[in-house]
Amino acid sequence: MDYFAQQLINGLVLGSIYGLIAIGYTMVYGIVGMINFAHGDIFMIGGFIALITFLILVSLGLTAVPVILLVVLLVAMAITALYGWTVERIAYRPLRHSFRLAPMLSAIGMSFVLMNYSQVAQGARVKPIPPLITGGHTLHESADGFVVQLSNVQILVVVTTIVLLSIFTWLVSHTRLGRDMRACEQDQTMAALLGVDVDRTISMTFVIGAALAAVAGLMYLLYYGLVDFFMGFVAGIKAFTAAVLGGIGSLPGAMLGGLAIGLIETFWSAYFSVEYKDVAAFSILIVVLIFMPTGLLGRPEVEKV
Amino acid sequence: MTALPSETMQTSRAAGIPFILKKAFLSALVALVLFSLMIGIRTEAGSDGQLTYWTRFGDLASIVGIVFGGSIVIELLRQWLGPTGAEKLVPPAVQRGLSRAGRLLAPALLIFALLVPVIFYNQRYILDLAILVLTYVMLGWGLNVVVGLAGLLDLGYVAFYAVGAYSYALLATNFGWSFWICLPLAGILAAFWGVMLGFPVLRLRGDYLAIVTLAFGEIIRLVIINWQDLTGGPNGVSGIPRPTLFGIPLDNSDDGLAAKLGIEFSATHRIIFLFYLILALALLTNWVTIRLRRLPIGRAWEALREDEVACRALGINTTTTKLTAFATGAMFGGFAGAFFATRQGFISPESFTFQESALVLAIVVLGGMGSQLGVALAALAMIGGFELFRGLETYRMLVFGMAMVLIMIWRPRGLIGHRAPTVYLTKAQAISSDLVKEGHG
Repeated sequence: MDYFAQQLINGLVLGSIYGLIAIGYTMVYGIVGMINFAHGDIFMIGGFIALITFLILVSLGLTAVPVILLVVLLVAMAITALYGWTVERIAYRPLRHSFRLAPMLSAIGMSFVLMNYSQVAQGARVKPIPPLITGGHTLHESADGFVVQLSNVQILVVVTTIVLLSIFTWLVSHTRLGRDMRACEQDQTMAALLGVDVDRTISMTFVIGAALAAVAGLMYLLYYGLVDFFMGFVAGIKAFTAAVLGGIGSLPGAMLGGLAIGLIETFWSAYFSVEYKDVAAFSILIVVLIFMPTGLLGRPEVEKV
Repeated sequence: MTALPSETMQTSRAAGIPFILKKAFLSALVALVLFSLMIGIRTEAGSDGQLTYWTRFGDLASIVGIVFGGSIVIELLRQWLGPTGAEKLVPPAVQRGLSRAGRLLAPALLIFALLVPVIFYNQRYILDLAILVLTYVMLGWGLNVVVGLAGLLDLGYVAFYAVGAYSYALLATNFGWSFWICLPLAGILAAFWGVMLGFPVLRLRGDYLAIVTLAFGEIIRLVIINWQDLTGGPNGVSGIPRPTLFGIPLDNSDDGLAAKLGIEFSATHRIIFLFYLILALALLTNWVTIRLRRLPIGRAWEALREDEVACRALGINTTTTKLTAFATGAMFGGFAGAFFATRQGFISPESFTFQESALVLAIVVLGGMGSQLGVALAALAMIGGFELFRGLETYRMLVFGMAMVLIMIWRPRGLIGHRAPTVYLTKAQAISSDLVKEGHG
């Protein structure tokens, strides 16, 4: 039971990270109708930028952990958001009215560009950082000595996710930008006729998605203590799985899907085999798409001729 | 990289030097922010696991400078060329000439391919490269059936390549079966897996299909890595037997081909044999594809590519159409995989990564989906290009990714050729009002 509780905590933390990435997929798919294949690599770039900012701050002699975290978070979000904007501008916007496979292929190309760009720029080796946030709370200690731990990093990850998700939900439901985004999701032509700047709205979607991915990158860095140039690929596919599982286009769905994938992956590793955890995640993707193509909270897609 | 597409053609055409400078300045500013940390700072883990960093502001400055200059050049080019569409880039006269040359090109290429071992007899490097190119030509033609003809975006094609390679490797090393028995088996097994993949994804389309095939490819690779008892895991399978000429080995032994023919043994014989083997396999792929294209099933594939809904409305069974496309493409992938295994003598999961799938897909896309000649030329250009950049190993995939993006922007229907449906209604026909109830149909 204790083992189960510990895995539950780990799974929820991992799921929060996946959920943050999944939001980027689901928003872009909702509005532009394409899979932003490079989104996983945006997450990776976010991790790298967080790492570099962290290094600079530490070498400048800063020791106050909350200040460091806040600065790293803001810098990573800002720069990664610009990456998201640039990627959309270069690789996707010119293809808005191209044939249907073009944006996908362009996105794959962009994914390679980002992945190899960070390999060239920062080297292929894994970059570890010393744990910034240490300590935790012992929730329960069983008779045979197994301790259920809730570390401070885990609390930070979950709290940050909840806060950001609240801000983001408010943004989508209560601001002008959110309204524009929802309008573009329904009908771009009509939205444009009613004075919505469609290009700008789509750009902002990518910017917000990338900023959230940067947060996920920072959380990943804090939680696992390392980044490498290849981490975006698998994390990206899993987050996409989460988006599909939750129902693509649905924001709460993305978060729910992320948690589900995190839990499934953690429990699979804990009770079956660590080696096949990625296989499990990918199999879920296939199974969900076959039996539940609309996901948990998605709307059925009506095809019009 | 940060060449910003103009907001609207109007403003960029009417604009003068201040506009260009402003735009270049903005691009440079964006580049400065983007690259500030990633290029300007280099991190590396030291021997004690401690991260250190050093600055590279010189590199950063030069990259920002390049972006500034490049932005000006691109903007000038754009104003000079005017708003050109993809069609205008190649004038019709040149296109006609190209298509005439294209008809001659295919036989010329074929004759050249047949003569390669004669011309380059003693140049092992070129022969090896030619075999590699032909392997990718074959893979490209195989994937072309799925992507180019049936329009199903398959990102996991390398899975079938892997199935073929491992089928041959395991059958040959465990049971000692010859290449010629294993080759069809590898094809059948790969086709079987193609159907296995095809069944679940029948209802999916476009992007979803792409992601599922990608997941499938990764699953196959992960299973190969982890099922160590069968596949040897990351260590791969080694000691895969070389192919024989219908039972006659191509080695230095007494019953080898050289001894039987009474000629002096040379290691080149085997290379040349492999060359003709893959050439034959590739041509088989091509021939089958061209023949299939004229059968109802091929027509159905092309119809499916153009419009799935219309296809269904016309009573085409999309289930069998998709499954046969997957199975056919997978079968050729399996053949190519078996060949790959026998040529290398050693296979490991590292040869079957997603990058490989993307490379084959890029060949198909670059060649113009559906065009057989285009795919062959694209494979030549791509693999040849990779060889040229061999010294710049780390930049290779970077350039590859950029090329993929640029091709999609510049000519999304392929650089070399695009194959229109084999049967095509060239003009809309007015139907007599007797045939329809109200006015024109």
